[in-house]
Amino acid sequence: MHEVKGGRTSDLRFQVQNLTRVEGEGSLHLLVRDGAVAEAHLQIFEAPRYFEALVAGRTPNEVIDIVSRICGICPVAYQMSAVHAFEDLLGVEVEPTTRALRRLLYCAEWIESHALHIYLLHAPDFLGYPSAVEMAKDHQQLVADGLRLKQVGNHLLALLGGRAIHPVSVRVGGWSRAPRKARLQAMQPALHEALRLARATVDVALSLTPPVFEREPRLVALHNPREYPMNEGRIISNDGLNLAPQAWGEAFHEIQVPWSNALQARGSDNLPYLLGPAARIVLDNEQLHPLAREALAASGALESIRVNPYRSIVARAIELVHATADAIDIVDAYVPPERPAVEWTARPGTAAWATEAPRGLLFHRYEIGEDGKIAAATIVPPTSQNQAAIEADVAAFAPRVLDLPMDVATHQLEQLIRAYDPCISCATHFLDLSIQRAPA
Amino acid sequence: MAIATTAPARAAVVNRPRVGVVKFASCDGCQLTILDLEDELLALTDRFEFVEFAEATSRRSSGPFDVLFVEGSISSPEQAVEIARLRAATRTLVTIGACATAGGIQALRTAAEHEAFRAAVYPSPAFVESLAVASPVASYVNVDAELRGCPIDAHQLVELLTAVTTGRRPQLPDQAVCLECKRRGLECVVVTRGEPCLGPVTATGCGAICPGMGRGCYGCFGPREGANVDGLARWFIDGPAMGELAPGDVGRLFAGFTGAAPIFREVTDRLEGRPLIQLQPAGAYPAELAAHTPPRWASDARETPDA
Repeated sequence: MHEVKGGRTSDLRFQVQNLTRVEGEGSLHLLVRDGAVAEAHLQIFEAPRYFEALVAGRTPNEVIDIVSRICGICPVAYQMSAVHAFEDLLGVEVEPTTRALRRLLYCAEWIESHALHIYLLHAPDFLGYPSAVEMAKDHQQLVADGLRLKQVGNHLLALLGGRAIHPVSVRVGGWSRAPRKARLQAMQPALHEALRLARATVDVALSLTPPVFEREPRLVALHNPREYPMNEGRIISNDGLNLAPQAWGEAFHEIQVPWSNALQARGSDNLPYLLGPAARIVLDNEQLHPLAREALAASGALESIRVNPYRSIVARAIELVHATADAIDIVDAYVPPERPAVEWTARPGTAAWATEAPRGLLFHRYEIGEDGKIAAATIVPPTSQNQAAIEADVAAFAPRVLDLPMDVATHQLEQLIRAYDPCISCATHFLDLSIQRAPA
Repeated sequence: MAIATTAPARAAVVNRPRVGVVKFASCDGCQLTILDLEDELLALTDRFEFVEFAEATSRRSSGPFDVLFVEGSISSPEQAVEIARLRAATRTLVTIGACATAGGIQALRTAAEHEAFRAAVYPSPAFVESLAVASPVASYVNVDAELRGCPIDAHQLVELLTAVTTGRRPQLPDQAVCLECKRRGLECVVVTRGEPCLGPVTATGCGAICPGMGRGCYGCFGPREGANVDGLARWFIDGPAMGELAPGDVGRLFAGFTGAAPIFREVTDRLEGRPLIQLQPAGAYPAELAAHTPPRWASDARETPDA
């Protein structure tokens, strides 16, 4: 971070260039006028790839392969929102086993993504290292445990999808190939090891002291009375929203801001809202796996997860317990389907759905033409939706650190942004910190 | 105390090669493949000094680099300038993945489509800087080695790193996915299911993942040297095994993650696999409506500092 000159002579501007340990490219710019934050811009300059235009003219199964390329960390999320949207429009009833396997695939991605964020991207902030590699010099077992957790998630992804990044098996109606029971069962020792490591991760996350900061966020997540939300649920909020997963557009809209290549989403009242692990833990904790619910109760951290964004690392750890425990149950109950996919017929209309990516609610909407191909698409990733919430939190938190030494202020602000696990490639389809200060 | 501190003796390697990992327009999946080498990662950092890897470390370097891994396609004016600067600071420049080596899926957009694409995604297209076409890195600078794939293959990555340390050429196969299928004893999806598969014309490296999962190859590693792309396309259209594939459907098969490779693109264009489509304008609200003051949580928020 450095001060930059420009604008009114009374203004102070600060810029954190090229945020690190986030996925993709972005910066943070702050303008401080009369001691108050007048601008907080999350500048996302990741070059656009125009996915919504690229999928035009493609068939539903082609779209599933293409949209996975929006993000190398959460490709399954993109595949899931897309396949559910298509099946909802086409009236495809998948086999119960397919439903369970998709949830298992999502669990695998949550394990891989959360372990990556907790151990490689976020924990070094709390323990004062520039990277997990440097952290490993003093905390070798800690990093080794994190890598092992991530590896188990990746192995499960590869078993179900052929490879961990951009898996290939998800098709409209089911799977190109469903795994054999014996191969899945062979994952159980690793999954039990992962569950043990996930429970230890909760203790690690709780031991990391967060900066003092509280605010009252508006939280949005899917909710499903029968299970912790991944593939299916209604869109709810802590202020009473309750919408079908197809109806995201009724309560939210996207807006283009000049400082970002990622569209920002806002509520219909133009106010920010927060998605992701903290929102899910607060809104859906009753649906957590009993082992995760137990870990949450023992942690006593529910309220601090809600009001302090730096506590998201605890939320992610509890979700690791959930995802590993849920995966074990799904594998135990697995009965291979009689046929990997059910038949379906193309049909024109609007296909829309939302699922819970590791970073939060991911909404897809496709217009399908008479030829069965995509005519228009809207893809709203969680980081796009969280941008305004991140800017609101930065604006609220920054006054506390502006009088601290520059390197300390920078560190705490960067750590705050990393707490949201922003996925910039997703959002542009994102970070650098700049602060601009106007003395009183 | 939840976190045990251990300070194991680690082999001190003098003069470790300085390695950088950078990205342009891409999904991060290829650099994530480095972090996915869970078993080798800490050993790798004993052998190589990762001086620049923004996704993994807050330590930054603008060079010089002994080895630079470059992910992503060149898609904006700033990236075109940056890749030239990086080339000048690098001894061995390695492009990783379909975006860097072939342009990626985003390279399918043609200059003619660019304005329509921008307007379909952004209500105020002028705020978004992007080049008319997305291009592979080699279109801008000399490249010393490439790892193909969408994403790259972890084994090929380790092979390349090993080759770099020992100063030999990396052993990267240039064979068709078909051969890999035969070696693995997989049943042919074309023959048994009538499903189109790019295996005959695509370079292996993935280990025949798609046929192994019961579906046709979609060309992640790009065209193999000397591949008979025309012959395969003709056979998909006219061959007896394929059912009802229209020429446009066959054209689209080649318009994937390496679809900008010239011999794939030629077939797609000839078969009208990607006709120009009238795109709807972006549904988002334009920038003029965005407040320039930071968003605030609702008025009852605790976040307001004591005034």
